[in-house]
Amino acid sequence: MEALCEFQVLSPTSLAGVLEARTAHPQAQLLGGGTDLVVNIRRGIVAPAVLIDMTGVAELRAIRADAQGLEIGASVRLAEVAQHPGVVAHYPVVAEAAASIAGPTHRNMGTVGGNLCLDTRCIFYNQSQWWRSANNHCLKTTGEICHVAPKSRGVCFATFSGDLAPALMTLDAEVDIQHAAGKRTLPLRDLYIGHARHDGSGQGDGKHYLALQPGEFIAAVRVTSTPGLRSGYDKIRIRRSIEYPVAGVAVALRRVGDTLAHLRVAVTGTNPRPVLLEGTEALCGGALDARVFKGLDELVRDQIMSMKTTFTPGHYRRRVAGVLARRLVQRLFAG
Amino acid sequence: MATIIELTLNGRKRTDAVPGNRLLLDYLRETVGLTGTKTGCDGGECGACTVLVDDKPTLSCLTLAATVADKRVDTVESLGKGGALSAVQRGFHEKLGSQCGYCTPGFIMASAGLLRRNPRPTEDEIRAALGSNICRCTGYVKIVEAVQHASALLATGEARSP
Repeated sequence: MEALCEFQVLSPTSLAGVLEARTAHPQAQLLGGGTDLVVNIRRGIVAPAVLIDMTGVAELRAIRADAQGLEIGASVRLAEVAQHPGVVAHYPVVAEAAASIAGPTHRNMGTVGGNLCLDTRCIFYNQSQWWRSANNHCLKTTGEICHVAPKSRGVCFATFSGDLAPALMTLDAEVDIQHAAGKRTLPLRDLYIGHARHDGSGQGDGKHYLALQPGEFIAAVRVTSTPGLRSGYDKIRIRRSIEYPVAGVAVALRRVGDTLAHLRVAVTGTNPRPVLLEGTEALCGGALDARVFKGLDELVRDQIMSMKTTFTPGHYRRRVAGVLARRLVQRLFAG
Repeated sequence: MATIIELTLNGRKRTDAVPGNRLLLDYLRETVGLTGTKTGCDGGECGACTVLVDDKPTLSCLTLAATVADKRVDTVESLGKGGALSAVQRGFHEKLGSQCGYCTPGFIMASAGLLRRNPRPTEDEIRAALGSNICRCTGYVKIVEAVQHASALLATGEARSP
């Protein structure tokens, strides 16, 4: 008797092999390090008939990081990103985010593609089969009501908590999305569609949180370097050595003399998508003073929508996001 | 549906037929009979099931056996040679790094992974490398001392391998 439902594992070694396997098994799920997916299979949340192990795909295992740009294949392990000298030197926000994911053993396993596509989480979702059935299931699985927001009218509020996405979004990263007929490129921020709006605009939510079409998958993520950019990542967790974030914040800014010339802030662990704060340009052009911090607080207050999807209350997580953003901006501006 | 996998387990080549859904943990304990690797939380949270895959600490409870084909897997049983304990085993034994002992094989393998990569780690590096492992008895102080002792045994040549 196995702990997991029955499935077949395919281990292609080339991109062509992956595409072939996906054509033969359109319902197959992709497996990276398994640190999230295998847990969900064990809990009966998903029951794939076929898993395609992406970790052996040669074309997806390259990492290049220098003063010109950064390109990371989807099957590169998180530990490699965290330790890569070029990433540490030129893209500290990415190295710091990677180094902060789960614990060291998980980082030896988890992949960049897996972290970018990390399933959204919720206290009503990441539970065993019997727990969920005793609670009438939830919208993200087979239920009809979001237990976090019972009046949400079909909108799921499960939270995106990947750490690489906000880090890369502050650097205006692009993702290469592979499908059987070729490749397309998308700004990373457009990959995440979990807007969770109540107006029925169908813009995605905690259940439909990625702009990937059936058969598509992420092949690589890419950044073009901006000279003079300072960047960093910080997050708060209940247990610092291993845990999903209460909130995580990435900041990239440029300082010219005593002027804040450029500012980007992205937040994870709060909304059904990583949120690149809109309106940070309006805070630039002057000194780093009370006006900037007040403006930053207001952007966090207006755009961060943390709900009761985990043990810590939503308003606390929003305040944590605000405090982390403020601290990081101060630290990076000071140099 | 079973897959035939070839791997190097504790230094010896093996070939086995494993079903796709067999976890590396269950493969080690049930198929091979190596029960030194422990089942803890079954969800990747406690680290009791840690083994080395190509020298990297890996959670065997979240790894499918089919995905370790052509790799080197080392469990706690691989450490002692000819009745002699390895550096990390001696460290845990002599510095009392183990109380109830259930988490110990996982801690030992995570520590062995660290010392293979970095034989002279600082205390901070030891604590960071053991971040995926949980012990509910010792409070970690004795475990850190055990790894420091193991590192010293390697440095003085009293022990050959981590």
